[in-house]
Amino acid sequence: MENIISIFVKSIFIDNMIFAYFLGMCSYLAVSKKVSTAVGLGAAVIFVLTITVPVNYLLNKYLLQPGALSWLGEKYSTVDLNFLSFIIFIAVIAWIVQVVEMIVEKFAPALYNQLGIFLPLIAVNCAVLGASLFMQEREYSSLAEASTFAIGSGVGWMLAIVSIAAVREKMQYSHVPAALKGLGITFIVTGLMAIAFMSFMGIKL
Amino acid sequence: MDKKESLLSAKNLKLFTDPFNSGNPVTVLVLGICSALAVTVKLEPALVMGLSVTIVAGFASFIISLLRNTIPTRIRIIVQLVVIASLVILVDQVLKAYAYDVSKQLSVFVGLIITNCIIMGRIEAFALGNKPWPSLIDGLGNGAAYAMILIIVAFFRELFGSGTLLGYKIIPESFYIKNGGFYENNGMMVLPPMALILCGIVIWVHRSINKSLTEK
Repeated sequence: MENIISIFVKSIFIDNMIFAYFLGMCSYLAVSKKVSTAVGLGAAVIFVLTITVPVNYLLNKYLLQPGALSWLGEKYSTVDLNFLSFIIFIAVIAWIVQVVEMIVEKFAPALYNQLGIFLPLIAVNCAVLGASLFMQEREYSSLAEASTFAIGSGVGWMLAIVSIAAVREKMQYSHVPAALKGLGITFIVTGLMAIAFMSFMGIKL
Repeated sequence: MDKKESLLSAKNLKLFTDPFNSGNPVTVLVLGICSALAVTVKLEPALVMGLSVTIVAGFASFIISLLRNTIPTRIRIIVQLVVIASLVILVDQVLKAYAYDVSKQLSVFVGLIITNCIIMGRIEAFALGNKPWPSLIDGLGNGAAYAMILIIVAFFRELFGSGTLLGYKIIPESFYIKNGGFYENNGMMVLPPMALILCGIVIWVHRSINKSLTEK
């Protein structure tokens, strides 16, 4: 239990997807002009992460890892399908995003209209594929740990995009040098926020 | 396009050079920043990453452009992802075989080339509506322009952060305080936030030179 809480806190603050690894920066920069849309996209990312990472965890454990196929019998215990992980992970993500999109469209049309184009875009959000790849690289020992990591990363990503959207809304009233307006200043503000987040580094959990 | 047009005509050449200035994928179109910044602590991984992305972008555009008339529109995203993922697997296996150290340093970021928006973006915007050869050039040009930004950021981070370039010492040992000099490496440069700030400065410089890109 202690372990799980520590993974959760760590994935939100210390290993924050945006401030420590710059994952999902494209949508982070493109969709952070208003707080309300940022909240919608953040929630969608948490949702997709919470489904895809556990599914990919199981696939990794029972299909891709070296020796993962031993449940098929002695003969297959030396098979290593690790090189297929990219294609399997991205296929799972694209497929789940498609299914989620259909379900949301059918049962929650209001939410669907709000999310609009963001939902399909999540399939190519680096944070989603990145979380699956980190899950594989860090070798989490149980399904619970992997799911906690997924939720934590999602929450951390949402935290980052909502806070930058709030800053950008305020920034419209300030005098930014012409050439820095828009993209440039957003980068620099993100850098400053990342420095603030670095104060969490070194905290042992 | 005229059939007699040579392979490196002015029009095709423009496809290659445009991404370096007014159509730059990173500083103008805001594509592909995700994997851009984490690999720029040292120059060597940045070079390898830039090269990998250039190759994948070029060939993915080429292949999709060959298939463009046979792919049904509804499932094109999946087809594109499968083509890109296969190319990335090839790159990853080659790196693991011939440049294992760099491949370890790049860790998950090789895999993340799949979701690099530059590649998807160019396929959607260009390769689906153009012939294979211009698509190949367009992909290569965008990949190379992306590599250029990586290399600029990595150059400054490695030079000021570790005093080296590609692992070779540039700032003489005798300059350092511990050897009685006046110089100290800037520890800030090797930390993640500096990548963002440097990239912001690159955008600032670029937009100051090319005024037409300034946002309202």
